[in-house]
Amino acid sequence: MATIKIRSSEFIDRGVIKPLPTGSSYMNVGSTERIVSAAAGLALMYFGLRKFSMPGLLAGAAGAALFERGASGYCPVNNLVQRGPAKKSVETAEITKSLTINKPRTEVYQYWRKLENLPTFMQHLESVSQTDERRSHWVAPVPGGVGKISWDAEIVEEVENEKLSWRSVLNAAVDNSGEVLFKDAPGDQGTEIYVIIKYLPPAGAIGSTVAKLFNPAFKQMLKEDLRRFKRLMEIGEIPVSEAQPSGKKLAFGDTTHDKIEQAYESPLL
Amino acid sequence: MKALCYNSVKDLRVENVPDPEIISPKDMIVRVTLSSVCGSDLHIINGFIPTVKAGDVLGHEFMGGVVETGRDVKKFVKGDRVVVASVIACGECHYCNQQSYSLCDNTNPNAYLPEKMFGDTLAGIYGYTHAFGGYAGSHAQYIRVPFADNGAFKVPEGLQDDSVIFCSDAFPTGYMAADMANIKPGSVVAVWGAGGVGQMAMQSAWLLGAERVIAIDREAYRLRVAKEKSKAETLNFTEVEVLEALKDLTGGRGPDCCIDAVGMESSGTGIGYAYDKAKQWARMENDRPLVLRDAIMACRKGGTVSIVGVYSGFADKIPMGAAMNKALTFKMGQMHGPKYIPRLLDHVQNGDVDPSFLVTHKMGLHQGQQGYDMFTLKEDNCMRVVFDPQKSLQHG
Ligand SMILES: NC(=O)c1ccc[n+]([C@@H]2O[C@H](COP(=O)([O-])OP(=O)(O)OC[C@H]3O[C@@H](n4cnc5c(N)ncnc54)[C@H](O)[C@@H]3O)[C@@H](O)[C@H]2O)c1
Ligand SMILES: [Zn+2]
Ligand SMILES: [Zn+2]
Repeated sequence: MATIKIRSSEFIDRGVIKPLPTGSSYMNVGSTERIVSAAAGLALMYFGLRKFSMPGLLAGAAGAALFERGASGYCPVNNLVQRGPAKKSVETAEITKSLTINKPRTEVYQYWRKLENLPTFMQHLESVSQTDERRSHWVAPVPGGVGKISWDAEIVEEVENEKLSWRSVLNAAVDNSGEVLFKDAPGDQGTEIYVIIKYLPPAGAIGSTVAKLFNPAFKQMLKEDLRRFKRLMEIGEIPVSEAQPSGKKLAFGDTTHDKIEQAYESPLL
Repeated sequence: MKALCYNSVKDLRVENVPDPEIISPKDMIVRVTLSSVCGSDLHIINGFIPTVKAGDVLGHEFMGGVVETGRDVKKFVKGDRVVVASVIACGECHYCNQQSYSLCDNTNPNAYLPEKMFGDTLAGIYGYTHAFGGYAGSHAQYIRVPFADNGAFKVPEGLQDDSVIFCSDAFPTGYMAADMANIKPGSVVAVWGAGGVGQMAMQSAWLLGAERVIAIDREAYRLRVAKEKSKAETLNFTEVEVLEALKDLTGGRGPDCCIDAVGMESSGTGIGYAYDKAKQWARMENDRPLVLRDAIMACRKGGTVSIVGVYSGFADKIPMGAAMNKALTFKMGQMHGPKYIPRLLDHVQNGDVDPSFLVTHKMGLHQGQQGYDMFTLKEDNCMRVVFDPQKSLQHG
């Protein structure tokens, strides 16, 4: 099985990203986690598939995977993993994105480094709290408001104002690793940030299909998160337009909007 | 409140919509006193710019009185009379720092749409589809003005509304067209389109030192206005062969500066027009670039083609050979309103330009469809229909 590459990390002149995901989504699923998984999975499927939107689809797919895991008590590829580490065959998905922010590098870095700030622009996070110098605890709500997923991550490498990389710790429910680079943009244009995130889609075979299907959507999600980050840094807010007068929202519901979104394959909003 | 909304292609309706509210501390609410139609609206109403949806409030060229300010608004207080740029700019991003306000990185909440269509995000524009931010437009009794300190400008004492409103859009667009056209002493400037934008381009060309200004259109009454108000020589393309006439008028050189103030819905006479019209009708081509083709062919060697007429997608049969081999310069863009508005208000105050002649019709919002029909069909010598949204109150 090959690594899915949207764009190779070498492309931005920085070597292959070092921290790999731990492979924790291939671990045995314990009984408490099992119940939570199945419940959350069902809820995700329900809320995800009911609404044909990209976040909905994502939720649906993740839900199916979680449900299967919870219901069966073990990951479909459990045996395979138990037979040996075989980490090379672990299928990771990678997304990369870069953006220029019209603010000094230290300011941009410091805001990001305070991990508690991340949920202000990462739409799918509820909270991040730093538990010790290296470790942090991440919480994300399950779409539909029926529960939460949480996991721990650790900082693997940190070069102040330049680089930050992390990975989720063993047994994390959301198995991922990532790296952010901060560079001065040429010509006094502020700071360039380069982000790479690698993740192990949940539950092996299903996961790989899911990853192929949804990697572009994850990429778009990352893009929108970074755009929110840029806007917060540059203007201190994230502008909105939809919460304002329109002549149809009241009387007829918001139907054309869905058509527009489908026409443009919009993953968000 | 009442607002004039898009319902479907060529179908506008007045609807009751909720009053706008302050959402961000940088917002203010303006009670609209005048809101104008613009050629750009026609591209939306005629169905050539996607991502408009039923219920969207139209209109982007407006002025009014401040009724409420967010706590971070510094330049304005309740009661101020303001004119507002049609593009919404944050004032903080790299592009705003360069005064390229219509390229603002931050004001378009639907950035992914222009990213897909054009390869990058663009500034929000009031009432101008979801690709341009999905902001509610100004054909309404009230409007939310985001980033008010950057987009709104206080109207100097003593100026009439009619003289000021076009500082919102038509005047800065025409001025930018002339600014981009690289006008030097001795320059002959040709302007395609004698609508509000074209007229303002002609007058701005004089302000920037043009030697001669030539207007091209098909509407006799608009050419008459171009002659009388904008002091231009005129060519009616239904009567003369424009390319030949432009050479004949300029000692065989062609105009130094060619301004396209028509855009994607240009009309024409020959086979090229039929070809484009058919393709555009079948939605195989968004844009009918007749004027652009002519401007390139007419332009003097080494001259500049300045484009403010709007194009939204793909255009066919652009004579790149002529452009390349004649070493032409192309400049174009949506206008960078806030860059120009202060100096334009000065020009109006000094009496250099009085754009009020563009107001040929005043109506209430309830006459919205009628107003746009008239503007589209160029009936009754219509140059621009301007709505007074407060007037529609009486017609409940
Ligand atoms: N760049 C910007 O920021 C900006 C802002 C406002 C308007 N615009 C654009 O400017 C253009 C003009 O706007 P307007 O409000 O003056 O519109 P308008 O409809 O009033 O005027 C357009 C004129 O072009 C004429 N015309 C059509 N085909 C022609 C041809 N082949 N040759 C010469 N003239 C021709 C029409 O007869 C009409 O008089 C539109 O495309 C509009 O979208 C751009
Ligand atoms: Zn306009
Ligand atoms: Zn900006």
